[in-house]
Amino acid sequence: MSMNLLRLFSGSKATAPVARERLQILLAHERGLRGQPDLLATLREEILAVVSKHIQLDPDKVTVKLDRGPAVSTLEVDIEVPNDFEKTKALAERRAGAA
Amino acid sequence: MANVLVVTSGKGGVGKTTSTAALGAALAQAGEKVVVIDFDVGLRNLDLVMGAERRVVFDLINVVQGVAKLQQALIRDKRLENLWLLPASQTRDKDALTDEGVGRVIAELRTKFDWILCDSPAGIERGAMLAMRYADQAVIVTNPEVSSVRDSDRIIGMLDSKTVKAEQGERVIKHILITRFDPARAARGEMLSIDDILEILATPLLGIIPESQDVLRASNVGSPVTLNNVASAPARAYTDAVRRLMGETVDMVVPTERRGLMNRLLGRRAA
Ligand SMILES: Nc1ncnc2c1ncn2[C@@H]1O[C@H](COP(=O)(O)OP(=O)(O)O)[C@@H](O)[C@H]1O
Ligand SMILES: [Mg+2]
Repeated sequence: MSMNLLRLFSGSKATAPVARERLQILLAHERGLRGQPDLLATLREEILAVVSKHIQLDPDKVTVKLDRGPAVSTLEVDIEVPNDFEKTKALAERRAGAA
Repeated sequence: MANVLVVTSGKGGVGKTTSTAALGAALAQAGEKVVVIDFDVGLRNLDLVMGAERRVVFDLINVVQGVAKLQQALIRDKRLENLWLLPASQTRDKDALTDEGVGRVIAELRTKFDWILCDSPAGIERGAMLAMRYADQAVIVTNPEVSSVRDSDRIIGMLDSKTVKAEQGERVIKHILITRFDPARAARGEMLSIDDILEILATPLLGIIPESQDVLRASNVGSPVTLNNVASAPARAYTDAVRRLMGETVDMVVPTERRGLMNRLLGRRAA
């Protein structure tokens, strides 16, 4: 109570709860990591492997973003695929078929 | 022309990571394009102080080993669009960093940024050596305390011998940044004086950062102190330091004991 009053007067908000939450999220992840592979890292690698089976991946055109949350995390894989990709691929396949 | 600046000290816990984040953010606030690099492999913390810990995908070692492109590992700050972070690896082996690999990454960053700030690990081993290796300038973070000053002296010796600049017969530009300065203890003569430190280390002073609760608050919420509370005493001291780095002449403010109303009423000392 008196601490809260002090805070009120000094105009500052408690930052420790924010620190606690940030650490909980981070450490839950890091502890899980010890000894076992990182699920998000595995997903990222396998997604990229699947995609590169179909198109030539230009590393500059791939962005991977991550946001670890308390309940769910999001992995955002953004791959720029050239517009003429379908055409080039169909052509290549037809040629391969003809040979 | 890009500036590669290492934030170093020898001793741990003196304020290197805090200072890297604060100086980096203040430089970005001044309009410079800045990247801060965490060289503390295995014990990264700069991501936490910058509030980017949830967004780390790739790291410095991935880039050095060619697993990821530089652009994929760089994390853009959510508040300042010209501030970026290159995180350290948390899990991989320190020896994965090679002199040649670090050189390649720094060379690439030089083409993209105005300032490249390297947050050094503690110690005088390989990690600290690699962090300073390609530096043009060094900020030597020193606390007003004998062991810190001694370690700073060793680091100055390394800067003058083990860097690429030194090997080419040039000099790394060195600055002393005194941090965690407690005016009350200084007034009571319990800490080495600033004049003593500067005389012993014979290196120019970049700034004096007071010991302050604002630093703890900023790290709790994951924001460099120069962003979190611009008007606070440590933020002002860091901002002045950045103006000096950018070539301005700014009067040096020696922090004094200042009591807020609340603290005076309660008879407490200001933080
Ligand atoms: N000016 C300051 N006032 C109060 N605490 C500080 C100050 N500078 C650093 N600290 C605290 O000291 C500790 C060590 O700081 P850190 O920047 O991690 O040091 P290093 O990177 O040199 O090991 C942290 O808890 C940090 O919040
Ligand atoms: Mg550190």
